Amino acid sequence: MSPPAAATVVEVEHVSVVYPAKENTVTALADVSLAIGEGEFVSLIGPSGCGKTTLLRVIADLETVSSGSVRVNGLAARDARLARAYGYVFQAPALFPWRNVLGNVCLPLEIHGLDKAKAESVAREHLERVGLTGFEGKYPWQLSGGMQQRVSIARALGFEPKLLMMDEPFGALDEITRDRLNEQLLRLWEREKRTVVFVTHSIPEAVFLSSRIVVMSPRPGRIVEVIESGLPSDRTLEIRDTPEFTAIAHRVRVALQEGHGGSGH
Amino acid sequence: MAAAAIEASRAPARSAIGETWHRAGPVLAVLGVVLVAWYLAAIGLNAAQVIERELEPGWAWQDLVRHTLSMDRPVLPAPHQIALDLYDSIFGWPLDSPRNLLFHTWVTSSATLLGFVMGTALGALLAVLIVHSRTLDRGLFPWIIASQTVPVLAIAPIVIVILGSMGMTGVFPKAVISMYLCFFPVTVALVKGLRSPGVIELELLHTYAASRGDTFWKLRVPASLPFLFPSLRIGIAAGLVGAIVGELPTGAQAGLGARLLTGSYYGNTVQIWSALVMAALLGLALTGGVSLAERLLTPGGRR
Amino acid sequence: MMALLASGPGLAAAIVVLLALAVWSVRKLAALDEQSALGRFGTPVVFGAWIVVFWQILTEAFDVPQVLLPAPSLVWHSLVANGGVLLGDFVQTVVHSALIGWTTGCALGFATGVLIDRSAFLQRGLLPVAALASTVPLVGIAPIMVMWFGFDWHSKAAVVVVMTFFPMLVNTLAGLAESGHMERDLMRSYGASYWRTLVALRIPVALPFVFNALKVNSTLAMIGAIVAEFFGSPVSGLGFRISTEAARLNMGLVWAAIVVAALAGSLLYALLGWVERRATFWHPSFRAAAG
Repeated sequence: MSPPAAATVVEVEHVSVVYPAKENTVTALADVSLAIGEGEFVSLIGPSGCGKTTLLRVIADLETVSSGSVRVNGLAARDARLARAYGYVFQAPALFPWRNVLGNVCLPLEIHGLDKAKAESVAREHLERVGLTGFEGKYPWQLSGGMQQRVSIARALGFEPKLLMMDEPFGALDEITRDRLNEQLLRLWEREKRTVVFVTHSIPEAVFLSSRIVVMSPRPGRIVEVIESGLPSDRTLEIRDTPEFTAIAHRVRVALQEGHGGSGH
Repeated sequence: MAAAAIEASRAPARSAIGETWHRAGPVLAVLGVVLVAWYLAAIGLNAAQVIERELEPGWAWQDLVRHTLSMDRPVLPAPHQIALDLYDSIFGWPLDSPRNLLFHTWVTSSATLLGFVMGTALGALLAVLIVHSRTLDRGLFPWIIASQTVPVLAIAPIVIVILGSMGMTGVFPKAVISMYLCFFPVTVALVKGLRSPGVIELELLHTYAASRGDTFWKLRVPASLPFLFPSLRIGIAAGLVGAIVGELPTGAQAGLGARLLTGSYYGNTVQIWSALVMAALLGLALTGGVSLAERLLTPGGRR
Repeated sequence: MMALLASGPGLAAAIVVLLALAVWSVRKLAALDEQSALGRFGTPVVFGAWIVVFWQILTEAFDVPQVLLPAPSLVWHSLVANGGVLLGDFVQTVVHSALIGWTTGCALGFATGVLIDRSAFLQRGLLPVAALASTVPLVGIAPIMVMWFGFDWHSKAAVVVVMTFFPMLVNTLAGLAESGHMERDLMRSYGASYWRTLVALRIPVALPFVFNALKVNSTLAMIGAIVAEFFGSPVSGLGFRISTEAARLNMGLVWAAIVVAALAGSLLYALLGWVERRATFWHPSFRAAAG
């Protein structure tokens, strides 16, 4: 399976992010380059401090680079954000407790300028895609953690961005819920062919979801290896017990250890 | 919060009537004890005067009880005396007569409400300015916080005198006192509330390229409401005290504070207590009104 | 120089220049780092100082009647000239009425809280009453207290006792409920008695709540003591001074008394805050600040 010959959605070129600190500077990212094509599902995986979240935030224009350039859809990161080119899912659901589920999903649509009726119908559609029809009137605290995250994903689908960025969205959930949500996310991606950049520190999750896995390592944050996944796109959770899956997971694990052992800085 | 959940799961299940009784029963019991203690205290405190002035030698305890609970100027009036005085005052006189406590209640509450509205508006305006201006936040806000430790009510006589010398009397000076008592808690609470959204919510709106106005109206304002309402309750209770105090210095004729003052000048204990009960009821009504508004304006019930 | 300033355009120019200087200096300080002491304390102090400067200039330049707003210099002179009288007032109101009432009310509130800690029934009965008490203008009982305890500070202290009792009761109960089930089970496993657990675990955990009430009550005590004097007082006290001198339009002395009251109130609160930091240094809210 060769990588898609479609347009490049995200171009990260020689990006470094350095934080000045009192004693010595902290290099979150050191000369990282990455290109992500349309329709890919790319995971960024690595131990804490490897810069995977920083890389995601840099693409989303939530942080600025110290050197290098980031282009999304051909635009600079800031312009892409102002053009509302992507949806971002945080580690926590970040739902507004004073709005019900429907109201929360409508939030980006309202800001985008849609009138109330149109926003609500679009929101209902998104909720159906994540399987939460019937919960529109509930409030966030009435939902379980997994359901709250699904609302957060439905909200991120908001104005149909082609690019979806997710920062360890299932990290706080138990394994069983996580598996279910992984499968739902995969089905969503398969149906709609969006580009997804996904940060995780779980190897099985990365291997299961991605078409490409980017292994990163800390101090300084950099890319160690990029692994292509050859798994068929209509895979289900059962694939995790197959030898192909285990082989890829093994490659990821080796790369992680290499990156960790090799960081003698 | 987890502790409360565990606690709740340990509590026995109750029917609706059982729940009401569970909540109201102890309060009624306490009030009942207070009532009995009050009567005993009334008998006790009034006894000295009664024995000296009213009773003939060879009196029995029934006479003592009867007399102590129906004095004209008791040291401590009995609850039923206060209730009767209230009833007579409210229903025995036309509503615009100074003999009707409701007239005085209206005078005081109108000053309180006017001051409350002005104080809340001023507090909200100031809070918005402080949240958006670093200079005001660093220079002015510390003074506002510090002023909460100062007995601001001490300025009441000055306000009356200053506004009086400018020709303003009646409701307005009292409302001004209420206003600046309200605005301190409202400002402090609103600044806290407007700043309460966390980094994650702010970044969320950042990813929507939301304007400052959007962020203000869609995030900061709704997030500040849970902080606002408790401070409104405090504010309106403080405003009521302000209005009452405003009626003291120049010997005003109308209002609950004036009634308290005249009652104390003429030694009319029952009048003092009636005015006090009325003021207490007014306080309850005003804060209850704010709580009602809170329930109506906060969507989805409890947070 | 003064003649030039007194002239209209000269004065206007001077005020404009000073205004520009004031705005510039405050903004400069406000822009300083949050961490530096100069930024944190300097800004409000300089802001306040400029307010006093402009107050002085405006009252002198526009000859504002003393009744409306006395100049800071006048307030200062009144403060100094009447030092003895004001000291007597201070003792009467702050030391006698407020402090003694505050101590008594807080002690009673705390003791009641500890006593009814074991009775959920009494708690359910008293807490709603306490909540209601906070909505009621309790200062109104001042005339009744005067009738019972006389015109001197005792009646004012009685008002303060009633005002401070309920907040302390509510906070004591909330604080006693705060200790976690795990910690209580630990004490049970040691075979500790109720009172031992109370002293070793539950009261220390309750301290932040108790201090919160002590601080809130200090403000209520000052207010109660001063306002109770508005209802009638012998010949001394800050409240008495304020209301009688205001009626005589002797505004310099009124403002001087207010300054004394304000300083007393804020110093008391600050002192309590200092004690609180020493006693509850372990609480997360202080740990975070200490970094």
